[in-house]
Amino acid sequence: MSFLSYLINGISLGSIYAIIALGYTMVYGIARMLNFAHGDIIMVGGFAIFTMVSTLGMAPMVGVVTAVAVCTILGVTIEFVAYRPLRGASSLAVLITAIGVSYLLQNLALLIFGSNARQFTSVVNIPSLKLADGRLSISGETMVTIAACIVIMIALTTFINKTKVGQAMLAVSEDKGAAALMGINVNRTIAITFAIGSALAAVAGALLCSTYPSLTPYTGSMPGIKAFVAAVFGGIGSIPGALLGGIILGVVENLSKAYISSQLSDAIVFSLLIIILLVRPTGIMGKKINEKV
Amino acid sequence: MKKLITLGLTAAMVASLTACGGGSGADATTAAAGGDSTTAAAGTGDATAAADNSGAGEAAGGTFKIGVIGPLTGPAAAYGIAVQNGADLAVKEINAAGGANGIMFEANAQDDEHDAQKSVNAYNTLKDWGAQAIVGSTTSDPCIAVAAETSNDNMFQITPSGSAVECVSPENVFRVCFADPDQGTASAVYIGENKLASKVAVIYDSSTTYSSGIREAFVKEAGNQGIEIVADEAFTADNATDFSVQLDKAKDAGAELVFLPIYYQEASVILKQAHDKDFAPVFFGCDGMDGILTVENFDTSLAEGLMLLTPFSTTEESSKAFTEDYVAAYGIEPNQFAADSYDAVYAIKAAVEKSGVTADMSYSDVCDALKGAMTEISIDGLTGAGMTWNATGEPDKAPKAVKIVNGVYEMQ
Repeated sequence: MSFLSYLINGISLGSIYAIIALGYTMVYGIARMLNFAHGDIIMVGGFAIFTMVSTLGMAPMVGVVTAVAVCTILGVTIEFVAYRPLRGASSLAVLITAIGVSYLLQNLALLIFGSNARQFTSVVNIPSLKLADGRLSISGETMVTIAACIVIMIALTTFINKTKVGQAMLAVSEDKGAAALMGINVNRTIAITFAIGSALAAVAGALLCSTYPSLTPYTGSMPGIKAFVAAVFGGIGSIPGALLGGIILGVVENLSKAYISSQLSDAIVFSLLIIILLVRPTGIMGKKINEKV
Repeated sequence: MKKLITLGLTAAMVASLTACGGGSGADATTAAAGGDSTTAAAGTGDATAAADNSGAGEAAGGTFKIGVIGPLTGPAAAYGIAVQNGADLAVKEINAAGGANGIMFEANAQDDEHDAQKSVNAYNTLKDWGAQAIVGSTTSDPCIAVAAETSNDNMFQITPSGSAVECVSPENVFRVCFADPDQGTASAVYIGENKLASKVAVIYDSSTTYSSGIREAFVKEAGNQGIEIVADEAFTADNATDFSVQLDKAKDAGAELVFLPIYYQEASVILKQAHDKDFAPVFFGCDGMDGILTVENFDTSLAEGLMLLTPFSTTEESSKAFTEDYVAAYGIEPNQFAADSYDAVYAIKAAVEKSGVTADMSYSDVCDALKGAMTEISIDGLTGAGMTWNATGEPDKAPKAVKIVNGVYEMQ
């Protein structure tokens, strides 16, 4: 019974990683850049909800919608101000800019909200589910997180495969130049990708802070790094890969905490990453791309 | 010409500072330093010092400068602000009562954000300011870093709450609180003697010296007390938000009591997650738990029944007057850290009186005189009656346990 409980908690944690990893993987797939500021957008989402719900006393759903709006605008703005001018620059320059944006967001949050941790009021109002005479208890947050992850995955896959904008995204990820020649507005497509990724980050922020109720300006950085690992794990650029990578990471982390050592769980997770990358350098679902000589 | 302008500006600045000190009195400035605006706290520390100085300058014995170091912002801010306020209150009381042998005290608090590097920076700032003794650092890891510096410089240091063993290993460093192993041992003895539980789970932070030190001593002593450790779980600073596995393991192992030798911030998250799991053992913490009732947006009903080992309680008869003055000055209830810091300043006062140190002595001479005097004094502090110190820097006093009932500490 306890195994089931660990497993479910692991899947829930993994679902959050997966939603965050989607932002990394989509941006990488389309713009070929690692957006390290992604984790901090989660934190901004968390603070947006905290301000709306706990400070201004709005309903939790209003808070989540506001956070999604704030993060979407923030994501598009960051792309426009910091990344678009560097479209032609070396990937190293873009990477460093992304790290810079990450620190900028963290320090702005420090300046505005201070570094005192806040207890986050959960946005989920569903009571926990008790199974097997109360020996197995699944919290409302866990159920909502897993459900949200499934819904987002289905919606996103449909969006990319069935809509014109989604097809444009696929085209841009294949070949930017050719896509532009076919009449696709590359800049607009990339902006839309950032908007979707950042909106997902806001949702992830709501779920993350509801499940683990502590909010500081650094809240997003560790889950951000883990989600990046999940994205690489599953094969960066691949949407099902992000889901798979996230879930595996969450489950491995929780089970190794439970059965091996709560001290070594991070070491085990990252060793697994190294092993996977040694065996499959492009990740579990990653496409093998043959370099043309 | 440039020099003239500089002189003019300096004069204007001095005049405005003196005016500030004389006009509004020291109370207003120090209250601001202890209030809600944490970002402004470090800055106002300087203003406070200047304000105090203008009054203290008139005393015959001169002014003895005490540097205070602690996290005034950041996750451990509740400790640092309490230490700043406690020292400030003690200094004001001592000065109002005529000082130590006629010497007036002056305190200046610097922020270290609970970071070793920043703590050393804060110490250097205070040294430049002319500090003759240090009250700090508030937390263990920064304290160890600062102790290495003060030992090099031969600066007298007394930490209110740096509880790691290494904090007082240089001979110039003393402390007011208990050492980590002593807290761990005392917790195990208390749980054993009061038969609180026989099956105990431990959840500790393996990335801090404080937490792992207490846990080690606790586990060692638990066997002697007939306590069975059914789960011994760790987390690190990077993983300090998800405790579901640790709590599940404690719950499945049938723990009646969960020992949390950790800081209040993580503890508040643990209490929330345990509540969500319907896991309601007795939670037992050490001095780092002090401050849990101050976490923003924390549902304090979750902390009902929480026990902690702390040498100070506002409900005690001996701390009534201190509590009233403290609330009047800073608007919040004092915690153990405020009391530790208050006692630290009084220990310095007693040592100054004993050794006959004068305010014009260099910090190195002051240190030589004070460290000898420390082992000879005995003070009736807030954190223990008849406190004495040995040459290793450890205090000798009895621990007390408190329980949170209806949102306030109740002595056990």
